[in-house]
Amino acid sequence: MDGLNSFFEPLQGAWQAFEAFMLSEGSPGLFSYWVIIALMMAGFYIVIAHDNLVKKIVGLNVFQVSVFLFYITMAKVSGGSAPILAEGIEQYSNPLPHVLILTAIVVGVATTALGLALVVRIRNAYGTIEDDEIQAIEEGEDA
Amino acid sequence: MTAFYVLFLFLPNAAAIEPHLSALQVVIPLLAAPICVVLRDPKLSWLWALIVSWVVFFISLVILGKVLAEGVITYELGGWPPPWGIEYRVDAANAFVLVIVGLIGAITLPYARASVAREIPKARIYLFYLMYLLCLTGLLGITVTGDAFNLFVFLEISSLSSYVMIALGSDRRALTAAFRYLIMGTLGATFYIIGVGMMYMMTGSLNMADLSTLLPAVEETRTVLAAFAFIVVGLGLKMAIFPLHTWLPNAYAYAPSVATVFLASTATKVAIYALLRLVFTVFGGTTLFAVTGVQEVLIILALAAIFAAAFVAVFQNDIKRMLAYSSVSQIGYMVLGIGLATTQGLTGGLVHLFNHAMMKGTAFMAMGAIFYVIGSVQLKDMAGLGRRMPISMAAFLVAGLSLFGTPVTVGFISKWQLAQASLALGWWYIAVGILLASLLAIAYVWRVVEVTYMEPPPEGAPKGEAPVSMLVPMLIMAAATIWFGIDGDTTLSVAQAAAEALMGDQP
Repeated sequence: MDGLNSFFEPLQGAWQAFEAFMLSEGSPGLFSYWVIIALMMAGFYIVIAHDNLVKKIVGLNVFQVSVFLFYITMAKVSGGSAPILAEGIEQYSNPLPHVLILTAIVVGVATTALGLALVVRIRNAYGTIEDDEIQAIEEGEDA
Repeated sequence: MTAFYVLFLFLPNAAAIEPHLSALQVVIPLLAAPICVVLRDPKLSWLWALIVSWVVFFISLVILGKVLAEGVITYELGGWPPPWGIEYRVDAANAFVLVIVGLIGAITLPYARASVAREIPKARIYLFYLMYLLCLTGLLGITVTGDAFNLFVFLEISSLSSYVMIALGSDRRALTAAFRYLIMGTLGATFYIIGVGMMYMMTGSLNMADLSTLLPAVEETRTVLAAFAFIVVGLGLKMAIFPLHTWLPNAYAYAPSVATVFLASTATKVAIYALLRLVFTVFGGTTLFAVTGVQEVLIILALAAIFAAAFVAVFQNDIKRMLAYSSVSQIGYMVLGIGLATTQGLTGGLVHLFNHAMMKGTAFMAMGAIFYVIGSVQLKDMAGLGRRMPISMAAFLVAGLSLFGTPVTVGFISKWQLAQASLALGWWYIAVGILLASLLAIAYVWRVVEVTYMEPPPEGAPKGEAPVSMLVPMLIMAAATIWFGIDGDTTLSVAQAAAEALMGDQP
């Protein structure tokens, strides 16, 4: 266990430094945006790099979810409460981006459903859901 | 236009309906779409879609007439005043695109019955018309809306329905084409909302007219710069600007013929309109378009598209795919019009929206008719087709002549306008490029002409024409290709009004 701890110790230190930087005055509230960018890039990479069509759809989903987070984050007003009228509350978060992103979530669900349905049909037609194998079959047909 | 007003008066409560026309343009096909599912019967759902298409076309004509006579029409959805509520705002530019979409829908639908019955299993035909109506809703919605986020919603309505339409193609490659389009299209749309979100962060507004007044104050910020980049790339994916066009050739090649005719003539055009609206209206007050080098990039990409795609088209044996590559090349001309960024250049780009819809509609309709009769659009199966199917091939020939810009066809009008616009800027090499690219277009059209007219038909090859219901719309489109090639003033003047509406008070 000691070996493992000593392995993680510098990582832990780095994470603490990162966290401290994120929460410091120099970068107020940017932590969420870093998460968004990490998710966005991860999703985008999966879409590009993976041959499995289901993984592509999942990557697309991660990519879209990062944008949902982006809208939710930008609506947050520091110290603001949920946008419900109540006594004694003066500051509210902006509800509009939340509502907008509800629409985008619905669109995302529809896209995922359609994409997965297409994957099922592709599997029935080609017998595989690997993009490189499908391309090989298609090139064979063209020739 | 007076004739349409007179017709309009015969409708009950015409006066009560009139102020709501721009909303009805979208609401009618949206509400009509689910009724296709209730009807179920292939013939009835076709008839229903036909009626809706013609109503939509009629409304778009009335709107265009009104806009040209009285100026901008605004409509507050649900009575919420902009910038809080969603505003529909129609000026000459969207009215022009509305008419293109309406016209193509109205001409495609009579053509659709026989072709769809032949290519799609009977049990799924009503679903095709359902998707067609939803796609029509989305395209009209993108065109009519004055709200940046609302545009995204309609963009996805039209995209999701077009993925389904493409996947209904009889070849199994239609499925993979639809899947790839789904991935690329969703990435494009998501890029677009990232951009919209960033604009909202900086301005707190989603209304396009409102944004155009708020953005100049914050244009120096990196957020707005990133928003601009995301929006241009996102919409670039949707309109298949080179090199983001890779989804298009297979999608158009393997979709059912009717879907290809409709999408090739409308979907990319509407995406181009959306880019125009964002660049020239929303970002119109800022200097981003000129400062960031987007203008130069667009011109270079446009020229690359015009040449590279036309070059690839020469080597295609599937003629639908050849025409799809030709579409990528022709989209280059429209982007060139945007890149020139003068009223004259924009007029050329916009008039090419209409003209390309006419000629590519004709060409794909001819391919649909050929597929109907011989069951293939491969070049090797087309030997002697000039004698086997003279009417369809004549229509294709007209479209082909127009593709390389022969005088007396619409292709000449737009290329001439674009060449003049680039000469006016002193960029003579662009004019030379347009001329050289036309030679490449001759090459790919000539291959088809050679096989179909010069080679003798093989023994026992299927002969005869497609049904009259397919031939008549095709001939109307071919006639329009020539008519608007001879009388270019009508379309040019409308396109110029549209370009002026987009450019506003810019130089």
